[in-house]
Amino acid sequence: MTAEANTDRVIALFERLPALVEANVDLVKRGRFLSTDFALVVGATPLLVRVEAGRVTSVARGPFLLRPWTFSITATPETWLKLLKPVPDPGTHDLMALSKVGLARIEGNLQTFMANLQVIKDIVTAPRALM
Amino acid sequence: MKSSQKATFEPISGRYAHLTLSGRPHRLYIEEAGSGIPLVCLHTAGADGRQFRHILNDATITRDYRVIVFDMPWHGKSLPPTGFETEEYQLTTASYTQMVLDVCDALELERPVVMGCSIGGRLVLNLAADHPERFRALIGLESAAHQQPWYDTEWLHRPDVHGGEVCAALVSGMMAPQSPAESRHETLWMYKCGGPGIFKGDLYFYRVDGDLREKIARIDTARCPLYMLTGEYDFSCTPEDTQRTAAQIKGADVTIMKELGHFPMSENPAQFRRYILPVLEKIKAAT
Repeated sequence: MTAEANTDRVIALFERLPALVEANVDLVKRGRFLSTDFALVVGATPLLVRVEAGRVTSVARGPFLLRPWTFSITATPETWLKLLKPVPDPGTHDLMALSKVGLARIEGNLQTFMANLQVIKDIVTAPRALM
Repeated sequence: MKSSQKATFEPISGRYAHLTLSGRPHRLYIEEAGSGIPLVCLHTAGADGRQFRHILNDATITRDYRVIVFDMPWHGKSLPPTGFETEEYQLTTASYTQMVLDVCDALELERPVVMGCSIGGRLVLNLAADHPERFRALIGLESAAHQQPWYDTEWLHRPDVHGGEVCAALVSGMMAPQSPAESRHETLWMYKCGGPGIFKGDLYFYRVDGDLREKIARIDTARCPLYMLTGEYDFSCTPEDTQRTAAQIKGADVTIMKELGHFPMSENPAQFRRYILPVLEKIKAAT
């Protein structure tokens, strides 16, 4: 697949986040203290994910003009696809594993990110259910 | 109405030992099972001896080994020493090494095998370098002389981030996706139970004080055999970290374990058993 096709594929997966998270009752319950906007950046394309009380209420595709977010997670579409494999390979199986070796960049207000780390990791990898 | 249920008990004894560590009195919780060659198990940073419950319950192991697991001070059912409330807990290479030697002496263990995981895996390298005559064999799980850090430990102990939740969330990705959910969540539970700042204090040894790269070349496996086993999904102590360490130690026996991560004994006991039984068999055969 071309880089462009991979980008479109990853974006299409993340655009399913509202329904995927809604279907996961346990995840919504664990995330009930989290309300924030964060960005998932696929290559150069940012997606603004809005979370309200643990539910993903919207995923908007950028580019944006001066739109704020709390934190962002950036990776190439190929890296996102590796993370989202149903049984990922060693080294690309966790967001922090990607961050350690520079395959993902986690930036911004990291207090929100760290205080809700498991919930955020579970939201981001929710599309594994579609793979 | 009275229940007709009868409790079943595991063949593990748990006791509280009183002994002096680093010059201070301690009340240490120790579990053991089996008889034969003493096998002392060292838990990971920020956790406790419950990680080894499947080893303690494994009749194939306890037939030949006296398995001994203690909760380090400040961990599990071992208390912190008197006066802890005004101190910042920090594990050091010296205090950790002396603790293990002191526990072995206090229990009158004759040349035990020590098996440690993560910080325990690092510690066995120090035992191999400095005290080979004291041990029959050493087993390092997720063991390396040094590895690259991947987050700031300041996140582990601050009022605006729940310590137990963040510790568990960080280590959750260090387990293999194939490990059973039940075992992965049990492993994480121990991280959620840790005292404030204890995981961080253990990592002082791991990150700051315990770089053994200069020291490991002196390890002589002819004096004390060294086994190193690392899970392929461990991105904290990677297979490459273990292999790089082992390359400097002549005779180190390295195994990279499939479908396991940083907590092999607790995240997937059945899979770990496939790897650890042959090692224990080899040690027994050489005895």
